Amino acid sequence: MEWETVIGLEIHAQLATRSKIFSGSSTAYGAPPNTQANLVDLGYPGVLPVLNGAAVRMAVKFGLATGASIARRSIFARKNYFYPDLPKGYQISQYERPVVEEGTLDIVLEDGSRKTIGITRAHLEEDAGKSLHEGLKGMSGIDLNRAGTPLLEIVSEPDMRSAKEAVAYMKKIHTLVRYLEICDGNMQEGSFRCDANVSVRPMGTQKLGTRAELKNLNSFRFVEKAINHEVERQIEILEGGGTVVQETRLYDSDRNETRSMRSKEEANDYRYFPDPDLLPLAIEESLIAEVRSTLPELPDEKATRFVREHGLSDYDAGVLTASRELAGYYESVVKALGGEPKLAANWVMGELSGALNRDGLEIGASRLSAAGLAGLLLRIQDSTISGKIAKEVFEAMWSEGKEADAIIEARGLRQITDAGAIERAIEAVMTANPSQLADYRAGKDKLFGFFVGQVMKATQGKANPAQLNELLKEKLKP
Amino acid sequence: MHRLTIAQLSAALRRREFSSVELTRALLARIARLNGPLNAFLTITEETALAAARRADEALQSGRGGPLTGIPIAHKDIFCTDGIRTTCGSRILDNFVAPYDATVVERLHAAGAVLLGKTNMDEFAMGSSNETSYYGPVCNPWDLKRVPGGSSGGSAAAVAARLAPAATGTDTGGSIRQPAALTGITGVKPTYGRVSRYGMIAFASSLDQAGVLARSAEDAALLLQVMAGFDPRDSTSVDEPVPDYHAALDAPLKGLRIGLLREFFDAGLDAGAAKLIHSALDVLRAQGAVTTEVSLPSLPLSVPTYYVVAPAECSSNLSRFDGVRFGYRCENPHDLMDLYKRSRGEGFGAEVKRRIMTGTYVLSAGYYDAYYLKAQKVRQLISDDFRHAFEQVDVVIGPTAPTPAFEIGAKVDDPITMYLNDIYTIGANLAGIPALSVPCGFVSGLPVGLQIMGPVFSEARLLKTAHWYQKETEWHRSVPKGYE
Repeated sequence: MEWETVIGLEIHAQLATRSKIFSGSSTAYGAPPNTQANLVDLGYPGVLPVLNGAAVRMAVKFGLATGASIARRSIFARKNYFYPDLPKGYQISQYERPVVEEGTLDIVLEDGSRKTIGITRAHLEEDAGKSLHEGLKGMSGIDLNRAGTPLLEIVSEPDMRSAKEAVAYMKKIHTLVRYLEICDGNMQEGSFRCDANVSVRPMGTQKLGTRAELKNLNSFRFVEKAINHEVERQIEILEGGGTVVQETRLYDSDRNETRSMRSKEEANDYRYFPDPDLLPLAIEESLIAEVRSTLPELPDEKATRFVREHGLSDYDAGVLTASRELAGYYESVVKALGGEPKLAANWVMGELSGALNRDGLEIGASRLSAAGLAGLLLRIQDSTISGKIAKEVFEAMWSEGKEADAIIEARGLRQITDAGAIERAIEAVMTANPSQLADYRAGKDKLFGFFVGQVMKATQGKANPAQLNELLKEKLKP
Repeated sequence: MHRLTIAQLSAALRRREFSSVELTRALLARIARLNGPLNAFLTITEETALAAARRADEALQSGRGGPLTGIPIAHKDIFCTDGIRTTCGSRILDNFVAPYDATVVERLHAAGAVLLGKTNMDEFAMGSSNETSYYGPVCNPWDLKRVPGGSSGGSAAAVAARLAPAATGTDTGGSIRQPAALTGITGVKPTYGRVSRYGMIAFASSLDQAGVLARSAEDAALLLQVMAGFDPRDSTSVDEPVPDYHAALDAPLKGLRIGLLREFFDAGLDAGAAKLIHSALDVLRAQGAVTTEVSLPSLPLSVPTYYVVAPAECSSNLSRFDGVRFGYRCENPHDLMDLYKRSRGEGFGAEVKRRIMTGTYVLSAGYYDAYYLKAQKVRQLISDDFRHAFEQVDVVIGPTAPTPAFEIGAKVDDPITMYLNDIYTIGANLAGIPALSVPCGFVSGLPVGLQIMGPVFSEARLLKTAHWYQKETEWHRSVPKGYE
């Protein structure tokens, strides 16, 4: 039988507020355990939560960017369960009335077509602390630095049909939250986490299969691997005549497998009810308008503009707008060059991205500024150097941190445009290779490339390629 | 000195008739002598009290300070007090020293009040007789065999026995007014949101409200003035200006429209108490008030509604007492579940457990709609009833409690009868409106309370009504035998 995969994602984006969602403690990552937890975070008797307005604005920003409706009145609820890293014995979240509902996000599929993924809701909630089990002589420790960190939980519709689609959606959300500057997107530090609801059904049927919820998917690669593995597992069960049970499964990246955490029967009854310590969250029209005015150009809008105004391909526009910083870098190069968007795009996506990847750097930490790269591309544009030499100059700029012109001068890489000099080089090559010359003149056109190569070699690659072509054709004529 | 009201003490301190240190020493001595059988105080803060009194004297000497400077008071042990043990009447907090001051504590401290100690209470404020305290029952100074009411029983007994001129309390379903009625003093529960709940250990967050137990409406006004006001640390506190309660006390009563609550004069009300309420109304009518009967048809549903909402909230609020970060922890837990079960099982008393279980039940999947949601709807109806009533009248008057103080142990085995003690007080909590209780006479030598309720933020009107009544009557000046 042919099976169809159905996937919905729950993404937890840690909001980039300075302080926690209900207290004034810092949210900075990596502090010594329990140094960023005040009495509110520790759930001391008598303390009360006070909502951080910055977190609300960020949620609104996300809602506006996904065309969602912003609830004028949403409710904070308590999710009750006991766990040592949950100090109050309940998590403050939003349950029946979330702040953001019914948004959408477009993703680009492998074949280049677009698909709209529905966003069911996004709600504000507080993170829990961490339990530490290692190096404590069999005891468990609790670090409450993370307790109370604001999260936006973004829940999608079950609209994705493959692990690749799920990853494309997750990446798109990742791009978006960083564009909006509401989340740093750091997956190693847990600022951006994902759970996946996965089920399969016979192709062509409508009824959803029983789903498993996959947890602990902390990289794009793991999301893809875990989903594929889970889909196989479910199909195997169904084809063997079994039934899939609704449960939560934990992904183990070391073994590339998922294993059961708890079944539906073992699931907690969270006893949600409105938190009486917090008033309903009222969002005024004026706040929405104000947040709207701070919205940056969104990735899709930017990509459309790059295609329309710069003449880039959809693919290139998509790559360049994957992060706001990369798009900004590219635009700065174009601006400094005074045009030539394709040249800029090729270099940003080619040499620059390659160098960044090689050194494991983000665009923000690039060794070469946009102005620096533009300085190099200008020398291609005015024929001072060839594209090939430019790659050498680029590497030198990257490692030495100097400007293009300084390197070109110091290394004598200026292109040879003196026709006399190029002709002399051609003549020398012709004299040194009489048999090839004879073969070429006898009709072996392919040997033209050989002569280009030899002359380039003789001029250390500095001969102007166009000029060389022209002169060589002339000289080689019988 | 212990016979004087706050208003009188304040004037005497200013005239330097005695110092705050002398006054504080006198009350500490009185507490040392009389508290034993009453069991009103759990903690006596002698050292810090004398230090605060000395500072108050310095302030008074240099002509600084306000009406509460140098005035000794007591706090119900539900308010967190920095560096001072705060038990909430529970074994689970027996070893808990609060690391911060509640807003109420902070404000009274800043106003120069001198803290004598922390008073006994029903465990986590869950009770109407002060018998659920881990530290044993408080006795009523009018008859040591009887309860002082609860949950602010320690504060009520301390004020009634003249161990402190006034004390703070909290009122979730009547916990200030009912003990005030049963001990013959004045108790004020303000509008929900009028006084910050920050630092007040939560029982039922949507109902809890801090207030005052004092000897007169005038004294209550002086304390409330300092306690009331917006607190950014409590999202449910209301940013509404605080009127000058003291200045409003003597505004004329003439024309005040009083509503008599038909539902309050039911079969459950003690006949003697009913007579006293009617006499009190005569006094107010003589001052120019007019009375009409009003009805709150949903009010009889208030007890069952309350006993769904309050336990639901408490079941969640008390989850933080898990033996992990503070408070009682069982001996040698063998795993996490054992730590939770035994710390909580050994740390909480029977009534607290009963309410946690009830609350957990009403919030459970499949029961939420039938109980919690329905209770919220009834709560809205009760609130609406009050609002309609206050379109016709300025205040509503009735009894505070169905009977005078009952004997210790009489109702402990029958939670339902115990719960019915709050039948007249719970409505104000559900509706979030202010209410107070003033003494209005005696039945068989035991005090009876008159309850006055008003629309939200009408504290000044309630205090004025009570003040006019107290100008015309002597009930609030009665002192239990042995405590004169």
